[in-house]
Amino acid sequence: MSAAGWTRLGVVLGLVLLLEALCRAGVIPNFTVIPPSAMAQSLWKVLASGKFTPDIIATLTNVGIAIAASMVVGVALGTLLQSWPAARRVLDPLFATYYAVPMYAFYPLLIVLFGLGDLPQVAIGFLLAVMAVIINTLNGLDRVPPVLVKAARVHGLGFLKTAHRVRLPYAAPYIFTGFKLAVAYSFIGVIGAEFITSSRGIGYEISFAYNNFDNAVMYAMILFILALVVTVNMSLHAWEKRLLARRRRA
Amino acid sequence: MKPHVALRGVTRVYPGKTPVHALGPIDLALERGEFFAVVGPSGCGKSTLLDVMAGLASPTAGEIVFEDRPVNGDVPPGIGVVFQEDASFPWLTVHDNIAFGLRHARAAEAEVARQVGYAIEFMGLKDFARAYPAQLSGGMRQRVCIARTLVLKPRLILLDEPFGALDQQTRLLMGDELLRLWRETGATILLITHALDEATMLADRVGVMSARPGRFLDVIATDWPRTRDSTIVASESFGRLTSRIWTLLRGESIRALGRA
Repeated sequence: MSAAGWTRLGVVLGLVLLLEALCRAGVIPNFTVIPPSAMAQSLWKVLASGKFTPDIIATLTNVGIAIAASMVVGVALGTLLQSWPAARRVLDPLFATYYAVPMYAFYPLLIVLFGLGDLPQVAIGFLLAVMAVIINTLNGLDRVPPVLVKAARVHGLGFLKTAHRVRLPYAAPYIFTGFKLAVAYSFIGVIGAEFITSSRGIGYEISFAYNNFDNAVMYAMILFILALVVTVNMSLHAWEKRLLARRRRA
Repeated sequence: MKPHVALRGVTRVYPGKTPVHALGPIDLALERGEFFAVVGPSGCGKSTLLDVMAGLASPTAGEIVFEDRPVNGDVPPGIGVVFQEDASFPWLTVHDNIAFGLRHARAAEAEVARQVGYAIEFMGLKDFARAYPAQLSGGMRQRVCIARTLVLKPRLILLDEPFGALDQQTRLLMGDELLRLWRETGATILLITHALDEATMLADRVGVMSARPGRFLDVIATDWPRTRDSTIVASESFGRLTSRIWTLLRGESIRALGRA
């Protein structure tokens, strides 16, 4: 590990230890924050009991569906728009303001449209994620050197084949950036939505524990989400590094 | 004998508020197995000529006939193109780059392996089959592109300043390899270049183009033996031929410069 890596680890560990000390010393009262060691212990107990396994599975499934849907729709729309400049000129200013819209404001509408099941949560995750995929797909496709598209034509590739075999592979590192954002936004969208109206999921359980002053469960689940998202993101980062290594000059 | 490729009155005008007359009219006939080079001042429409011949662009007027079939806005099978810019696919290994066209044509995997193996050997890329283009020099990447074209066994190879980005020594050596490839495949070659010595050394005939709109001022036969290589640059007739082409081109280049 690099010097920066060790320092980073040191900083995180130091802050955790500081929080532990402050909680143990009673500077931070236990009904506000419990010590990190207690969070870990509680998390272990909660996971071992299997009580929240259905919630975890529900959340992960919904996040997974939101990611997959936003990738498929985002890449397809990005590819279509990139080769349709007129439509893109119309939509570009709307894209720029997309993230100014608080998606959660549409929650009542989504419930009317999709009912009380998992779909409204998936929809919010999807709506947050899809634009990041579209924008990054467009960005990547804009950078494809014209000579590669010419080479595709010389090889007799049509529009779809050129997209599939040449333009999208070239744009892959940019689309991967969109994918990383889609993962993050899907977690944010789904778990956030579970707080508002849902009868299961990690977000729902945190909110439920909060309302019942159950700090042990609440912090355990918060810790769980934190560990999960950090692990997922670091794996994606490592994967991206491996993908990029071959594209970079030795 | 019927020419392998024939251009009759080929003209290209880029439309717009002030239409740009880029090329022509051009009349040209290439014999099967001929090595033809095109030189001309910068911006004279050399690359436009190549695009139109390859079927990458349609002529505004005139017609191109390749093997008795008209070429118009579609690349016919049997034509291979090598570009000046690096057209290797950065996400594929050297091997997969070269296999690209064969796989698209759904060749059997054993056949792909055989053909690609041969092309890798032929272009001296043996130690780099598993490397990615980013790990190669510019000359090596251009070899990958040539090999990628070669495996499809094109009968007409169009090259648009393929060695333009390379240093002089590498260019001479790549010229030798191009001659070897030409002899072994029997393909008809049209080479576009801004380097007079390259044109004189490689081609059977050199077409000298005028400033925009590009037309042929003259076509000069070099009369080299088919077995030539880069050592002819030291011969006396090489100097004579090159200076003849330069005399033709000098005035045009000045005109092109003045306009730029």
